[in-house]
Amino acid sequence: MAKFFAITIVVIAILSAIPILRNTYHPVEDVSSHGQAIDDQLADTMWEAGLSFLASQILLAWFIWRFSANKPGDESKKFPGGAKGLVMAAIILVGVEVFALGIFGVKAWASIYFTPPGANAMPIQVQAGQFAFYFRYPGPDGTLGPAHPEKISEATQNFFGLDQDNDQDSKDDLVTAEMAVPVNREIRLLMHSKDVSHSFYVPALRIHQDFVPGLDLQIHFTATKVGRYEIVCSQLCGLGHYNMKAYLSVLSQQDFDDWLKKQQAMQ
Amino acid sequence: MHDTSHAAAHHGPPTSFIRKHVFSLDHKVIGKQYYGLGLVAVFIGMVLSWLMRIHLGWTNAAIPGLHLLSKTGAPGDVMTPELYLQVMTMHATFMVFFVLTVAPFAAFGNFFIPIHTGAEDMPFPHFNMMSFWTTFVAFCVMTLSFFVPDGPTLGGWTQYAPLSALGKAAGPGQGAGVVIWATSIAIFCVGQLFGSLNFIPNILDLRCKGMSMWRLPLPTWAWFITSCMGLTSFSVLMPACILLILDHVAGTSFFVASNLVLNDQLQPHSGGSTLLWQHLFWFFGHPEVYIAIVPGMGIVSHVLITNMRKPMLSHRVMVYSMGALAVLSYMVYGHHMFVSGMNPFSSLVFSFPTLMITIPSTIIVLIWIGSLYGAKLRTNAASLFALGFISVFITGGVSGFFLAQPSIQILLHATYFVVAHFHFTMAIAAVFGIFSGTYFWFPKMWGRMMNDTLGKVHFWLTFVGVYAIFMPMHYLGLAGNVRRYQAFVVDYMQPLIGVHQFITVAALFTGAVQLIFIYNFIHSRFYGEPAPENPWQGTSLEWSIPSPPPHDNFGGRHVIVYHDPYQYGVKSSVGDYVMQDSPEQVKTINEEP
Repeated sequence: MAKFFAITIVVIAILSAIPILRNTYHPVEDVSSHGQAIDDQLADTMWEAGLSFLASQILLAWFIWRFSANKPGDESKKFPGGAKGLVMAAIILVGVEVFALGIFGVKAWASIYFTPPGANAMPIQVQAGQFAFYFRYPGPDGTLGPAHPEKISEATQNFFGLDQDNDQDSKDDLVTAEMAVPVNREIRLLMHSKDVSHSFYVPALRIHQDFVPGLDLQIHFTATKVGRYEIVCSQLCGLGHYNMKAYLSVLSQQDFDDWLKKQQAMQ
Repeated sequence: MHDTSHAAAHHGPPTSFIRKHVFSLDHKVIGKQYYGLGLVAVFIGMVLSWLMRIHLGWTNAAIPGLHLLSKTGAPGDVMTPELYLQVMTMHATFMVFFVLTVAPFAAFGNFFIPIHTGAEDMPFPHFNMMSFWTTFVAFCVMTLSFFVPDGPTLGGWTQYAPLSALGKAAGPGQGAGVVIWATSIAIFCVGQLFGSLNFIPNILDLRCKGMSMWRLPLPTWAWFITSCMGLTSFSVLMPACILLILDHVAGTSFFVASNLVLNDQLQPHSGGSTLLWQHLFWFFGHPEVYIAIVPGMGIVSHVLITNMRKPMLSHRVMVYSMGALAVLSYMVYGHHMFVSGMNPFSSLVFSFPTLMITIPSTIIVLIWIGSLYGAKLRTNAASLFALGFISVFITGGVSGFFLAQPSIQILLHATYFVVAHFHFTMAIAAVFGIFSGTYFWFPKMWGRMMNDTLGKVHFWLTFVGVYAIFMPMHYLGLAGNVRRYQAFVVDYMQPLIGVHQFITVAALFTGAVQLIFIYNFIHSRFYGEPAPENPWQGTSLEWSIPSPPPHDNFGGRHVIVYHDPYQYGVKSSVGDYVMQDSPEQVKTINEEP
């Protein structure tokens, strides 16, 4: 019975590892300038965690196999080296392992969060609300006009609460339901929540940041490959949470300029 | 050393039915009441998880009878998005609070702490009774939320503000549903504080003669450590819940910032903080993970030692490691908030203790595995569940390597990878601990033996089943499948629906298998073979008294303890072990300084 259990553990461990080794399920292709560091970190961690997983499950199975056969009359034996050896192994091996992961992980994290955006980064505002994202481009003046929360109205499609009649800076602001950015251009994303917490999760861009109501945050990124990607909400925001998504089009500079013109004409 | 137990907690046996079985002061009855509450809650939680899984696999499928659960949430018996989230929230709430906290900690802890310490009862039996009945009221209040007009809250068991604090306007269940949820949890916290306030003084002050702290068995150490965590974390959650209720009923804005707009209406709140709730919640929430799992570690160690016929490689290292988990659990809570908008520097600060917590966890696992070396392992339902616990705890532990790192959470935060991680660690491992403890202690608690063959069948099917459910969730997470979605309308998640259907089938199968346990439990309770005093040849004090124990545990005997708790692998007059309260002197193999 115990031997069968030992075999089951090994079979489960190996079956679990197969989809990982074959890379059947993996993150979508990275199209950001910073994502490689995250992917490398994920790959390193996968090796370390995967080997720890297989080694400990197989060791557990082996001992169950071996020592369930002992009969009540047999002498109990002590693990060579006792607890001290195991404690040292845990502290040194696992300690070094996790410390290394931590240190290298800092690099990947710092490349995103501790480097300020360049002076030429293009500002775009994203506003999250139940259950849609809206985007605002500052227009030719390069300045986003002030928002007036009391003026927000779904009915008149004034999603940001702009007063375009009176606010000079708002006049040329461009509001869209889809996001477009030029390829290889740094974007400075200003994040605002209209109501509750949401999240801006773009797996292809290796970006994941919550919207905090009452606290406008800023992140920056550069998309490196033309294409159409999905932005999804990952912070539970109400009954329509699953359906809160938007598309991000990464366009060549020419296509982006055309897109902007088209959007302006539609306003 | 103390010998005050008989003076401190003496009360005569009850005579009326109510005092005996309902409002009982007897810690053993209270322990069984907690166990029963856990069983009811786990049944509710499991049925809710079936509903979720069916919906996730086949979103438009009608589930016969679903309209009985919600008047408006299931037109044509098809689940609406809001009902899905309500079911999900209640699944987690019942499981985390009323199962994972109640069963391994409050149920077994109540029954066995006084016995393990050689006491007649808890130091404050009235508080102990109130602890259960307060928890029961919390359970009833939570259940009530299914019956209010727009149903229970849909905000998840984490109840992130401001979704939870804005009232009805934020969605169905966000008005009365949230107030009921927060009220229930605040009451629950009071109940658990009463419990901890009994467990700690019992262990510190009611130990019998000869019972030094180091002679306490490992589960009692685990319950002691858990009580300390309970005392400090529930006392943070309770005021947080009260503040949340005030945001609803008193017009305060603790968790709601200014200028929020819902349905084109500017909300009448200002000045609150979104992240404040998250900090308060996770300061409770992370220790709660260890409140669920540490008792399981103690129980599993106890069961394994008895079935290996040898002590752990080091009793003290086990205790120190569990203590280290408890201390570190307060320093790591920020890893739930890496991408929450908290200062990114704080994310790094929280990352290192999170990585460090793998060290005591690894030590515990290695001590278990190292102790198996040279053992004379018995195979029974209790020991299989204990070994299964080690396997699922390893699996849950290694996924922690990923989630401890802020940079990797950019990909994996709020995906099914997280769901897989916490189910393997705090849910499945803790449940395996409960099963292991049940098969092991059932003879002592109810005086009858369980059917071991049925227990083994239950184990095999459950063990394979939980891996089939939760292992594929790691793959979903790697592919970016976000959790808490009621349907997968995002393009890149479409290819993953087949995996969800596989998980659903596995979940229904594994759930159905639990009927074997329920049958075995009920049948054995009434028709099982009468249990001898010491069916497993154990050494600790619970095996020195009749099964089930008399009202005052030791029948008026003043217990004296002569040995460490786990003297196995020795040669004594009774066999390969010597009981803690046996004066027989034997050559021991596990002397620790």
